[in-house]
Amino acid sequence: MNDGAPPVVIVRVELPSHLRRLAGTGSLVEVRVDGDDVTARTLFDALESAYPTLRGTIRDPRSGARRAYMRWFAGTEDLSHTAVDEPLPDAVVEGREPLRVVGAIAGG
Amino acid sequence: MGEVRLLVGTAKGLFILRSDPARDRWSIDGPHFGGWNVTAAKSSPIDPDRIWVSAWTDWHGQVVHRSTDGGRTWETVGNDFAYAGETGTHQWYDGTPHPWDFKRVWHFEPSAFDVDTVYAGVEDAAIFRTTDGGDSWHELPGLRTHTTGGIWQPGAGGLCLHTIVQDPGREGRLYVAISAAGAFRTDDGGETWSVITNGLSSLYIPDPNAEVGHCVHRIALHPDRPDTLYMQKHWDVCRSDDAGDNWREVSGNLSTDFGFPIVVNTNDPDTVYVVPIQSDAEHFPPDGKLRVWRSRTGGNEWEELADGLPEADFYQNVLRGAMSVDSLDPCGIYFGTTGGHVYGSRDDGDHWAKLTDGLPRVLCVEASVGG
Repeated sequence: MNDGAPPVVIVRVELPSHLRRLAGTGSLVEVRVDGDDVTARTLFDALESAYPTLRGTIRDPRSGARRAYMRWFAGTEDLSHTAVDEPLPDAVVEGREPLRVVGAIAGG
Repeated sequence: MGEVRLLVGTAKGLFILRSDPARDRWSIDGPHFGGWNVTAAKSSPIDPDRIWVSAWTDWHGQVVHRSTDGGRTWETVGNDFAYAGETGTHQWYDGTPHPWDFKRVWHFEPSAFDVDTVYAGVEDAAIFRTTDGGDSWHELPGLRTHTTGGIWQPGAGGLCLHTIVQDPGREGRLYVAISAAGAFRTDDGGETWSVITNGLSSLYIPDPNAEVGHCVHRIALHPDRPDTLYMQKHWDVCRSDDAGDNWREVSGNLSTDFGFPIVVNTNDPDTVYVVPIQSDAEHFPPDGKLRVWRSRTGGNEWEELADGLPEADFYQNVLRGAMSVDSLDPCGIYFGTTGGHVYGSRDDGDHWAKLTDGLPRVLCVEASVGG
């Protein structure tokens, strides 16, 4: 039954190690996203709402721009340069694939 | 008398060293925030159990943490450091205008007057304040919008406000140092600021006596004589006896007057410590001998302190925030090195001991004594 409320989906997000420890989670978190279109913006908004300690660690806290050393993938598809208001792939929205947040490889 | 505690911020996390007042055996707890650069870690002089920490990585930016139990547990707090109003520009390395852009906190200075008030010195250079224990931060824009702000230019480490010193007897008086703009003072809690560089001479800038452009590395004062300031500059150790209005060089017989930290003995305002470094191009001790130099005369006459310090083959630096004193008598002096060593003296610097040598690059050290 559609009562007029926007649909709610559960999206899985895979976090890099620094952020797992910061948020006190395992590698995968489930994020409840409201809205007709699940996009990178709505997903990260929901992630930061559920885990406020992550605010600003993936995107700049004011501009919302992706941090330079962060990327995100669906499977092997790099979505880092896709517009943040584009719908995420069905596999992510339907829970078959997590959105994988990955930090640049760095030594030192 | 309670525990003596060292907060040791490193390039890979925060370590906490603890001892009883004898200061001869230390435990090491950590890392907290493993993998994160801890540039600033400091406790409240009113309640040392309250600690603020800046941790950052190139991936994730900065996160601010607070403890209310002496570093045993932590919570993340406000992390929004938004410049007030139109930010304008400062000078970039090549002299072109460059917009102000927040990067990280370099220094927390918890207030001596209010346990919920903390000042934060940040890169790009500005000072922020919280009055709610760190939940929210607000810029004191009078500094960044000072008439000279548009010509401030970063040093090699960035345009960082790395030093905040408060006059614990005069609420509202603060000193700050910015690389490579210089030193400033406010007497009204940060509303308005004065340049305090008269008498400084820096041969590495086009006008050695310019109002701004001096690369001030650290400033320290003693609470019993708060108008006397000591400064370690890029080159030169300097002193002012009029709250920074006028400076004179007191490098005296130092082996080299380049260095980063400077601290004052808790029990004597005339006793000062520096760590001479070979040169601006060679950030290691002369001849590979790690040495602290002490003046008991407020500068000019210095003695080399060697007992317990490496005699040879030591090519590490001591960064500006990585030296601190405790409040016991005799005074304890502590410093960490860029090679992860931490040294301490519990007798005013006469003898030194290595407290640990296995840490990552040490970025900051703060000593405190619990109640």
